[in-house]
Formats: sequence, structure tokens, C-alpha cells
Amino acid sequence: MENLLTLFYEHREFIFLIIVSIFLGIEVISNVPAVLHTPLMSGANAIHGVVIIGSIIIMLQADPENYLALILGFLAVILGTLNVVGGFVVTNRMLEMFKKKEK
Amino acid sequence: MTEILGLSLLEAGYLVASVTFILGLKMLSSPDKARKGNLIAGYGMGLAIVVTLLFKEELSSDKWLNYTLIIAGLLIGTLIGMRMAVKVKMTAMPQMVSFFNGMGGACAAVISIVEFNHVQHGAAVDTGMMVVIVLGLIIGSVSFAGSMVAYGKLEGKVADKALPAGQMINILLLLAILVVGALMVASAEPQPNLLYILLAISLMYGVLFVMPIGGADMPVVISLLNSFTGVAAAFGGFLYGNQAMLTGGILVGSAGTILTVLMCTAMNRSLTNVIIGSFGGGGSAVRGDGVQGNIKEITATDAAILMAYASKVSVVPGYGLAVAQAQHTVHNLEKLLADKGVDMTYAIHPVAGRMPGHMNVLLAEADVPYPKLLEMEAANDDMSNTDVVLVIGANDVVNPAAENDPSSPIYGMPIVDVLKAKHVIVMKRSMGKGYAGIENELFFHEKNSMLFGDAKDSLEKLISEIKAL
Repeated sequence: MENLLTLFYEHREFIFLIIVSIFLGIEVISNVPAVLHTPLMSGANAIHGVVIIGSIIIMLQADPENYLALILGFLAVILGTLNVVGGFVVTNRMLEMFKKKEK
Repeated sequence: MTEILGLSLLEAGYLVASVTFILGLKMLSSPDKARKGNLIAGYGMGLAIVVTLLFKEELSSDKWLNYTLIIAGLLIGTLIGMRMAVKVKMTAMPQMVSFFNGMGGACAAVISIVEFNHVQHGAAVDTGMMVVIVLGLIIGSVSFAGSMVAYGKLEGKVADKALPAGQMINILLLLAILVVGALMVASAEPQPNLLYILLAISLMYGVLFVMPIGGADMPVVISLLNSFTGVAAAFGGFLYGNQAMLTGGILVGSAGTILTVLMCTAMNRSLTNVIIGSFGGGGSAVRGDGVQGNIKEITATDAAILMAYASKVSVVPGYGLAVAQAQHTVHNLEKLLADKGVDMTYAIHPVAGRMPGHMNVLLAEADVPYPKLLEMEAANDDMSNTDVVLVIGANDVVNPAAENDPSSPIYGMPIVDVLKAKHVIVMKRSMGKGYAGIENELFFHEKNSMLFGDAKDSLEKLISEIKAL
């Protein structure tokens, strides 16, 4: 119990940030027209690719002798990059078509 | 001085990245700014990656292997990701999104495994950190396994299957995940065996959770898994005290959840119902008897005459249009009819296809003008002035059972009210059922005629018949 309380106290700023972000996320997309649902989902998909930062941090901190961590971290970097690059490129391709038709 | 400079640049980079994520999401909600929004978020992501590489840790020469692997991983991921994203057909977009989503989930799960490994090798066991590691692992692996199954199903490689006691098993697995997770957090020493067990049951739950869900629910599931991965990324942010990961992840988590809820509402289903997974799979809720009656077939010639002499035609597209790759053909039909003075619009049901907005993206690819795409409510208001409705490869979204049959699994879902129009022509390959696996009494209605065949072939025939008139 005390551990959890410590967790709460030590990370109070993050918890604050989390709660505010939740409301922000809801607010930001609440007016999206159905036309843009797919690109929005795809764009959001690319944004959670930010998890790649975690995999880079792992690799930066890993002991060069710890091969298991290096191999797993390497795998994580590839997976995260796939998410980021694939996500943004796919979204851009979808939106390109919307743009063309506006002309 | 230099150290504080690097750290400040690092945090400033994360701050800018977080802002670009918020702006990007915001701009993605408006048609003319969406593309710019996506690019802005992309640049923000690039910035976050660069500052992490440069300033997160002091560069040291004995870590050359680490740096090489990071750069190699970034390059490999970029090459493969680009290749897949550029090559994928517009019709296969939903499964592509699901695939990339799975990659993010897997990344989060692997991060948790490595962090656990660190704890095992001496880092102090802190209950709080263990909670975060365990949650990241669970959510990441459920999201990965679920996304891969969703990908396989949309790709047609995995069939809908429901285990006999599927719901029971899913609930038991969830309980098992909670128990094992709690044990890991509670134990004083790191327990690698528990970690592997937790990984295994989380993956299994991901698979079994998506397995029985029918195509009608697939958009909801992908959106839900998307927000799962967001939450998993946020746990990573918590782990490293990283604001960019935290804001990015939580934003996607909450925005994705709202999108999921919006989609559930459009289908009149509760989220719990989708999560426990019953619809469209086992057939327990599906009536066996079905609707009987006579169906009327129409030839392409008759259909062409009907349409060419109409003043208003409405097209209800569905997944069949995507499968037949008929988006360009239908646009040609629209242009041809416009030359003849016939006003043709498209009635877009929010869940037509396999993803929300799927039809919009598909038709946008064929350069169909934006104002021609009517959202369901607008289309329904117009329906009584419409002469001919052409249903192309859609089924459940025009099924009147949603309005008048309380025993139907789709009862209560708003539909495109095609029967208000004077004539309905349904283009279909066969009398097969829709993705939800239920009969459609529309097909037997006196106003309706069936035009059997592949959507693209039928449309081409229609076009040549209209030209010949």
C-alpha cells in the first residue's frame, strides 16, 4: 500500500499530465466527420509509434555485454520504426487522395 | 553547462513533439488540414527520435555495438515500413493499419520484457515500476496478438471461429492475467517464469478475443486495439519518465477510445458486448430460419434503362465494392449519368466496409467529388426523392431487420433506408449472407431487384448498356 502511495506521490506530475491528456484526446477528436475516421485512426496509430523512443532508450542504456537486452532492443527498434514509418506513410497516402479531389 | 544544455534540448524536443501530436490529431479532424496535420506529427516524431539519440545518454565509445544496432534497426524498419505502406492497395488499408498497430503493441511488450530483465540483473525492485512493466507487457501483447488476428481475418487468411465456451474461456483468461500479474507485482524477487506465463496467456487472450468477432465488428476492434497500443506506449512513458511517450500514448488511448465508442453507438452495440465477443461468430444469436420469399432478378439492360431515365440515383457502397476494386468504374458510371442529366450521389453508412470511413477513402481514390458523398442521415433525408438506389456489395447496412426485427443481432443499428426510394437494385455476387451472417429481407421485397455478378463486371455492363441507349 505504502509502495503504491509512494508511486502516486513520486509521479504526481505524470499522473496530472495523464489525466489532462485524456481530456485533451477526447476534446481534440470529438468533432471529427465520419469521412475522416479512417485517416484519423491511422494517424493516431502512427502517433502511438512514439513507443519507439522507449526502445531507443533501452538500447542506449543496455550494457554492451548483455546480448539478450541488445537483441530484444534491436527487435523493438525495428517494430517501433515499422509502426511509425508505416503509420505516417499510409495515413499520408490516404490523405493525398482527399487533397487531389479538392482541386 | 554542456550537460544541462543537452538535457534541456532533450526535454524541449519532447515538448515540441508532444505539441505536434496534439496539433496533428486536431488537424486530422478537418478535411483540408488533415494532410498537414499528419506531416506535422511525423516531423515531431522525427524530432523526438533525434533528440533521444543525441542527448538522452552521454555518448561513450564502448557502446558502439548499441549505436550500430539502433541505426540498423531504424533503417531496416524504415525500409520495410515504407515498402509495405507504399505498395499496399487502398482496399487493404484496414488490415495494414491493424498490422502496424500490432507492431507498436509488440514493441511495447518487448520493452517490458527487457526492463524486467534489467530488474532481474540487479536493478532495485520497485513495486510501482513492476506494476508499470506488467501492465505494459499485458496490454502490448494483447494488442499485438489481437491486431495480427484482425490483420489475418481482413486479409482472408484466418476464418471466424468461436470456441464452444468462448466467452467463459475469455473471462477465465482475463482472470488468470490479473492473478499472475498481481503475483508478479507482489513477489519480492523478480519471477521470470511468471513473466513468461503472463506473456503466453496475454497473447492467447489477444487471439481468442478477436477470433470470434465477425466482420461487422472489425472496425470497432481495430479502433479498440489502436487505443490499447496507445495506453501501452504511455506505460513506457511512465517507465522512463518520458513526456513525449506519455502524451502521445495517452492522447491516442483516449481519442481511440472515443472513436471506438462512437462506432459502437453507430451500430447500437455496447463495448462490453464487443469485448466479450459474441456477435457474428458462434451463430448462437443468429436465427436459423431466415426470411423466405421470392426474389426478382433484373438484367443489366433493364437496370440501365431504369437508371438512365431516373432523375436521382443513390449508390450505397459496401465491402463488395472494395473487393471488386470497382471504385473507378462506379465513378465512371456517375460521370456518364451526369452527362445524361441524372444526379447520382453516394450514401455512406458509417460502418460500411471494414473500417469507419472505408468507403470515403476508397471513393476518394477514384476522384469522386467530396460533395457527392452523403453521410447516412443526409442520404436518408433525400431517400424519398430518389428514383433508384443501387446497393453495391453492401448488405447489413441496408438490412431492414435492424429496424423491425428485435430478435436480429443488428436490431437498433441505424441503416440506410433504401426502401423509401422508388426502386432498389442490389448488386451481389450471390445470395450469400452479409458479414454479420444474417438473412436480409430487403432482397425479397417487392421494390427490390437483384443484379447478380461481380460488382465491377456488372457496373461495366451497366455503363455499356447506358451508352448504347
